[in-house]
Amino acid sequence: MSVLVCGAAEAVAAVRDGDTVLVGGFGLAGMPFALIDALIDHGAGELTVVSNNAGNGDTGLAALLAAGRVRKVICSFPRQSDSYVFDGLYRAGRIDLEVVPQGTLAERMRAAGAGIGAFYCPTGVGTPLAAGKETRRIDGRDYVLEYPIRGDVALIRAHVGDRAGNLVYRKTARNFGPVMATAAALTVAEVGRVVEPGGLDPEAVVTPGIYVNRLVEVAA
Amino acid sequence: MTLTRDEMARVVARDIPDGSYVNLGIGQPTTVAAHLTPERGIVLHTENGMLGMGPPPASADLADPDLINAGKQPVTELPGAAYFHHADSFAMMRGGHLDVCVLGAFQVSAAGDLANWHTGEPGAIPAVGGAMDLAIGAKQVYVMMTLFTREGEPKLVPSCTYPLTGLACVSRVYTEHAVFHVTPHGVVVAETFGTTIDELRDRLAVL
Repeated sequence: MSVLVCGAAEAVAAVRDGDTVLVGGFGLAGMPFALIDALIDHGAGELTVVSNNAGNGDTGLAALLAAGRVRKVICSFPRQSDSYVFDGLYRAGRIDLEVVPQGTLAERMRAAGAGIGAFYCPTGVGTPLAAGKETRRIDGRDYVLEYPIRGDVALIRAHVGDRAGNLVYRKTARNFGPVMATAAALTVAEVGRVVEPGGLDPEAVVTPGIYVNRLVEVAA
Repeated sequence: MTLTRDEMARVVARDIPDGSYVNLGIGQPTTVAAHLTPERGIVLHTENGMLGMGPPPASADLADPDLINAGKQPVTELPGAAYFHHADSFAMMRGGHLDVCVLGAFQVSAAGDLANWHTGEPGAIPAVGGAMDLAIGAKQVYVMMTLFTREGEPKLVPSCTYPLTGLACVSRVYTEHAVFHVTPHGVVVAETFGTTIDELRDRLAVL
């Protein structure tokens, strides 16, 4: 059981310049705000961020982008009414963007966590997002070859964690958290509450502790 | 009379089979939910990880930031609701478990190709979200759109000029003038509102 319960600064201390960071959340639901703030203070830069969106408003992921720490964003939906920080950086040519269909984004991380080398996916066949990718017809249907996305670090938000690293989530704030937890070399979970082992119903655990390395208690 | 937006939503709701699992896309398709009555047993899926999605909360102070739809608006949970993570949510979509999804569109082609994610204009920031997954995932894709652009150009076209979202994926197109079915034999007019098939033929190359 190698889960370290610690503060946010210590939890992100291992992030290095150039790392790929998986950041949980769908919009603001499930966004690990305290961990992102700690990452900004930590100072690592030239990061590749993988997240569904490219920041909303001025906090969380948008603040990390505004601090100039991100070289590239891999996401499904960067363009929103309040994604002005990303918009400005993108139009100034200061950030790279890889747009990935939302389900393919999730599945590429799932593949990374599950030891899958690549997979054939029907999403995007015949569209600009499949341009240049290998395709194959299987049983009469066309598929695009997609490769895993691995993170050096995953920063996620869950509802409650126990000291064994087991996590439960809350409502639609679950979103990418369980998938990202499996796909990174170091997974840091920000949780509303840390409980002792036995404090969670084993039948209800969503992310087993084997995927979690650091737990940071941050009240909602 | 041509249909108002609300009447279009009502017609789409009418045509969704009872007991279906349904995903309503962002924007106008979301308004279909208001016309689905509980006794029809239709279960709404939202791709950010929920089945059994209920209507928006009765007042803003009941909104829960952890309970939102794909448009990131607050929603509620109905009895029998279930939560799941993103890979599961898109597996149930891609795996053909959803009966119907309703999407908006810039263009639909006679073969059922869909263009609804990107205008292709220089400088436009591309953003696809779940559109491509939905287009090829649900058993039936209903498109809800105005039949013509503001400039009067048809949006139901022989082949799409906008960047594609999915190939041969649309089954029906709901517009203010008519409902169209996309069939292996071409586009068929199923229902008209304040117009005739001959009038539509004059304006649409696909008929």
